[in-house]
Amino acid sequence: MSAAPAAAVAPREHYLNIDYGIRSWLLTTDHKRIAILYMISITVMFFIGGIFATLIRLELMTPAGDLVTSDTYNKLFTMHGIVMVFFFLIPSVPAVIGNFVLPMMVGARDMAFPKINLLSWYMYVIGAVITLYCIIIGGVDTGWTFYTPFSTTYSNTYVFGSIVGILFAGFSSIFTGLNFIATIHKLRAPGLTWRRMQLFLWSHYATAVIMILGTPVVAISLILVAVERVWHVGIFNPALGGDPVLFQHLFWFYSHPAVYIMVLPAMGVVSELVTTFSRKRVFGYEFIAAASIAIAVFGFLVWGHHMFVAGISVYSALLFSIMSYLVAIPSAIKVFNWTATLYKGAISYRTPMLYAFGFIGLFTIGGLTGLFLAALGVDIHVTDTYFVVAHFHYIMVGGTVMAYLGAIHYWWPKMFGRMYPEGWAKISAATIFVGFNVTFFPQFLLGYVGMPRRYHAYAPEFQVLNVMSTAGASILAVGYLLPLIYLIWSLRYGEIAPANPWGSTGLEWQTTSPPPTHNFEETPVVSEEAYAYDKHPEMEFVA
Amino acid sequence: MLETPYRDLDQQRETATLGMFVFLLTELMMFGGLFCSYLVYRTLYFPAFQEGSRHMDLTIGAVNTAVLICSSLTMAFGVQAAQKGLNRTTVSFLLVTMLFGITFLVLKGVEYHAHWQAHEVPGAGFLAHAAGVDPNKLQLFFSLYFLMTGLHALHMLIGLGLVTWITIEAYKGRYTEAYHNPVENVGLYWHFVDIVWIYLFPLLYLISRTHL
Amino acid sequence: MAEHIVPSKTYFAIWATLMAMTLITTLVAFVDLGRFNTVVALAIATFKASLVVLFFMGAKYQSKLTRVTIICGIFFLGLLLAFSIVDYLTRLLPA
Repeated sequence: MSAAPAAAVAPREHYLNIDYGIRSWLLTTDHKRIAILYMISITVMFFIGGIFATLIRLELMTPAGDLVTSDTYNKLFTMHGIVMVFFFLIPSVPAVIGNFVLPMMVGARDMAFPKINLLSWYMYVIGAVITLYCIIIGGVDTGWTFYTPFSTTYSNTYVFGSIVGILFAGFSSIFTGLNFIATIHKLRAPGLTWRRMQLFLWSHYATAVIMILGTPVVAISLILVAVERVWHVGIFNPALGGDPVLFQHLFWFYSHPAVYIMVLPAMGVVSELVTTFSRKRVFGYEFIAAASIAIAVFGFLVWGHHMFVAGISVYSALLFSIMSYLVAIPSAIKVFNWTATLYKGAISYRTPMLYAFGFIGLFTIGGLTGLFLAALGVDIHVTDTYFVVAHFHYIMVGGTVMAYLGAIHYWWPKMFGRMYPEGWAKISAATIFVGFNVTFFPQFLLGYVGMPRRYHAYAPEFQVLNVMSTAGASILAVGYLLPLIYLIWSLRYGEIAPANPWGSTGLEWQTTSPPPTHNFEETPVVSEEAYAYDKHPEMEFVA
Repeated sequence: MLETPYRDLDQQRETATLGMFVFLLTELMMFGGLFCSYLVYRTLYFPAFQEGSRHMDLTIGAVNTAVLICSSLTMAFGVQAAQKGLNRTTVSFLLVTMLFGITFLVLKGVEYHAHWQAHEVPGAGFLAHAAGVDPNKLQLFFSLYFLMTGLHALHMLIGLGLVTWITIEAYKGRYTEAYHNPVENVGLYWHFVDIVWIYLFPLLYLISRTHL
Repeated sequence: MAEHIVPSKTYFAIWATLMAMTLITTLVAFVDLGRFNTVVALAIATFKASLVVLFFMGAKYQSKLTRVTIICGIFFLGLLLAFSIVDYLTRLLPA
């Protein structure tokens, strides 16, 4: 890796200031600019999804359904789910962080297919606009899961339009995955063998495999819903010989691996953060790399655990239950290895590391509760209750969103040449952690005592925990708004960042901050394994 | 011709070919969802599927299979010519390939029309029936038939578009021994669409021909 | 990757085989083999598909990576089909 850290001035010409025109942004093929475009777009969608969450939590403060009608409530949780899953979580780390740093981590000048990269962003935007339009003209109420025959036959909302929007988002995802696979296979710098790659790359490779193999199946399942809705062919309609559960098989074949699309990149981020902020080699590199691939493969074998009470055979349920236990193992290996990496490390409590800690703790809780759900007997009791809602929010929000924020803070200096304000960042991280747990921990309890999900009214004995959850949500909202403010502030007033403020051995840090358009002045040559901090005591924090 | 971020044409070609194979994986999984639906309903409603298969025009189906195989041959020759930098020959083979492709679609159209006239198109006007077979299940067969062959036909159309594009490029003399990868990749797509049909033919047309 | 140009003879041979197999599969459909009709039809289709993949698409001459990619696709499609049909096949078994 390179020697002394660069002086604390931004280079004269870099990817941001090379051209300020709007066309240079909208027609860019520079992966870094595309990443920024994605960052802005998904932030907008995140806050829209957040508005729906706010309305949901406001309704749930009281047992009676008194804020909105039940039909409207159905639309709220549907749209919250669609926006957050398809338009925030799935693109978040891969399309923003992955697009920005992946080519740099392999030592390349850009992604393998830069124009397709831009096309993927446009697919995303078109999908988002169509979905938002459907939301504005009346919304959709099928749940983000579009279960039949409600979605095909009985719903009177904008199902067709929402499906079209999601299909575009799916194409966006496929093109992103295509780029990742091709870039990692073909554009690695000289000397960068698979075993020398940073773990972020392994995670994103595994994620890309899922994107490629899974997304088309949900595409066809939603197309079938659309066809059924228009032509009433009966493919999912029991009255005409169809099986509604077939839809669920096709839908969950993607949507379960999709949760690994949401978490694997986050895990890749955590690997980077834990090593940089404990200045240590990762414990068990090969195991973490192999675990990423194992999660991707095993993730495709468990989808039936969303269908235990849907009417599948008990033998099939047994198979999926066993598989669901197995898929937890590679995730657990990662958590153990990160923890072991911390042991005897020189730990620094900068904000990105705080988010990494948050991820490790909250993901573990989320993952363990997943095992509760994988047990058939327990699942019968808690399925379709708030237990499930809490489980997946612990992983997606406590896990992925925390890792995303950690990544944003960690790579902010690289992206913009500015440091974020550490004090405010720590306050926000703490606020988010507290707010998150106050919001979602009560939901485990609510689910266990029987409060069903997707209900806008509930039994009065559930109110105390619901009020607590809503209070937590208000704290969480503040926690999310703070970074929006101080990060934008830092673009103009933040301390100028050196090339490598964290003294990281990562390849992306061996170029200026912000980088030039072509990333490296000369193609780097890699001569040692990742995270070789023990070989480089001279590398240190300069931030 | 050499794009960012490649260091040479070889790396670019290998990467583009890998990209096309990976993209074809997505197509495989997309059709896979329909094949899965087909597998489920055929298992559940085999007699209805047998009956439905008897309503298929075997002659057109078999001829169309042969047509697509021929089109794959001419496409392969088109690729071969491009690999040698022979643009004119490439154009000829690609034009014949398109001719075969259009023939396929025309025959498909004839078939669809016949089904329409026989009231075998699912929906309000569906009238097909047979003794001992639930008409709903028969309709499911036809739904899958139209969905699977329809999606396939859509991919044929896209393929024709892609072949048109590379034919124009070849006509302009763009391909050389060093640079001809787009032709190879369009060829990969075309052959994939052929493979889908290779499975559709027996699954839809040959379920039960033993009792005429 | 060395560029391999497949000889024309090979292409013609593959084409002829594909045409012959199409004829055979059509004719075999008229012979009553019971459950084996399906097996034979799918076996022939798979054989034909393999020829197209190996020779027309050139997988025989491509890198290991390409072959692994193709096998991955077939494997995961197989998973989708297998795990789905297991549900339907075991629904009516005595518990």
